Amino acid sequence: MPRYLLSVYGPAERTEFGTYPSQKAMLQAFADTGAFTERLQRDGHFVFADGLEPATTATTVDGQGEKSAFTDGPYLGTKEYLGGFWVIEAADLDVALALAAEGSKACRGTVEVRPFRTEESVRALLAP
Amino acid sequence: MTGPTVEQAITRVHHEEWARVVAGLARRFGDLDVAEEATAEAFVAAAERWPREGVPSNPGGWLATTATRKGIDRLRRESQRDAKHQAARIVYDDTPPEPTGPVEDDRLRLVFTCCHPALAMEARVALTLRLLGGLTVPEIARAFLVQETTMARRITRAKAKIKAAHIPYRVPWADDIRERLAGVLAVVYLVFNEGYLAGEGDDPLRSDLTDEAIRLGRLLRALLPDDGEVAGLLALMLLTDARRLARVSRTGELVTLDEQDRGAWDRTLIAEGKALVRERLEAVAAGGDPPGRYQLQAAINAVHTDAPSARDTDWSTIVALYGRMVLLDPSPIVRLNRAVAVAEVDGPGVGLAEIDRLGEVLDGYHAFHAARADLLRRLGRGGESRAAYDRAIGLAGNPAERAYLTRRRDQLAG
Repeated sequence: MPRYLLSVYGPAERTEFGTYPSQKAMLQAFADTGAFTERLQRDGHFVFADGLEPATTATTVDGQGEKSAFTDGPYLGTKEYLGGFWVIEAADLDVALALAAEGSKACRGTVEVRPFRTEESVRALLAP
Repeated sequence: MTGPTVEQAITRVHHEEWARVVAGLARRFGDLDVAEEATAEAFVAAAERWPREGVPSNPGGWLATTATRKGIDRLRRESQRDAKHQAARIVYDDTPPEPTGPVEDDRLRLVFTCCHPALAMEARVALTLRLLGGLTVPEIARAFLVQETTMARRITRAKAKIKAAHIPYRVPWADDIRERLAGVLAVVYLVFNEGYLAGEGDDPLRSDLTDEAIRLGRLLRALLPDDGEVAGLLALMLLTDARRLARVSRTGELVTLDEQDRGAWDRTLIAEGKALVRERLEAVAAGGDPPGRYQLQAAINAVHTDAPSARDTDWSTIVALYGRMVLLDPSPIVRLNRAVAVAEVDGPGVGLAEIDRLGEVLDGYHAFHAARADLLRRLGRGGESRAAYDRAIGLAGNPAERAYLTRRRDQLAG
């Protein structure tokens, strides 16, 4: 079954309650997100999911040169950063989009849906 | 024996069978590329062989069989390295379409795939014209005034997304169909409008596009005969297109509705459009769903075509219909159209006051300034009218429209 990455984007600006306006809102979003993740597990869509610490905690590494370079901060400087993600299995994009809409509502964030490469697409890539 | 009859037969069959053959192959092979290219090859084979051998008795069947064979050949060639994979692909789905009514028609699945909301609007338009309309990539590129390579890339990218993201080849679920159908109708109407009043370029009318949109509209109507908005969109396009010949003068100038030669309107198209509008009125009266925007616009156009002369137009009914449209879609453009109708009923001063309230949002829209210019002229405010015509001319992309606006401006006294 096709796999999709559902990545949740949220603002770089954060309050003391992360990307949420209040503690109550934050706890409610956590509960809704947990319930949505349980539903993914129950219905056989779940592969993996987790939340991330703020983008300010990221370190960027470039090991392509002779000496590796380490830089404080995320690779891209944008107003919105990846806050967490689900990896799911879904029959097709329509199923994935419907789940992403539910997840977006649960976690109060915008969700990007991207298919994972499949054996078939890699094969097409290698074809002459 | 390469007489015009064989050529005409091929053209007709291309119109009638292209979408059906592509859609059947897409179901069988689960791959739009294979479906489209194999169908194109089958038509090339027809163009070569039919003039020699005569048109087969069942041209659609001949094309479907030939295209299927070409598709299998293509997959064999492509997947030499992986016989198992290839075998799996060829037997993807060999069942004939289910005889469970038009909703299962392969072409309908193809429409919903090409117009999937995960694709950019311009990609949906291009895919629909290519896979359902059978237009070639150069034809589509010409119609939308982009480079052929740009259009080819756009189509390739859309097809790659359909494949990689697993956009399903399926009619949406019942609760989604209405929402998704709105997007499909928007694609068809966009094609129509681009043909009816081209936004750019030198041709004021592109009948290839309006004809294609009407053909797609008829196809949707055949596939979804009970949907009111499908009927409404087809009626709207027919009633609008009926005025095509009267709409541009011999000198290439746009002729507005009130100045058109009503004898030049196409009565056959009007009759067909009006029959659809009547059918919808009866369905609504019998307790069906209230009319959506296409049905209301079709009804407005039916009122125009009912009037023997511009003077006789039933403007109060038109204002009422626009009033219902504003409730569905309070966009500034709908409100602009309503205000123009209000000016006919309550006078140019009242219409102008309504239009002026839209100035902030519609300042970059030529029709806003054109409507203002006309009302200012009727109110005797020549200087302001001239300035509004200048703005409209500067913003109008269509040459016939620019010519019309320029003449109106130059006719202003003083």
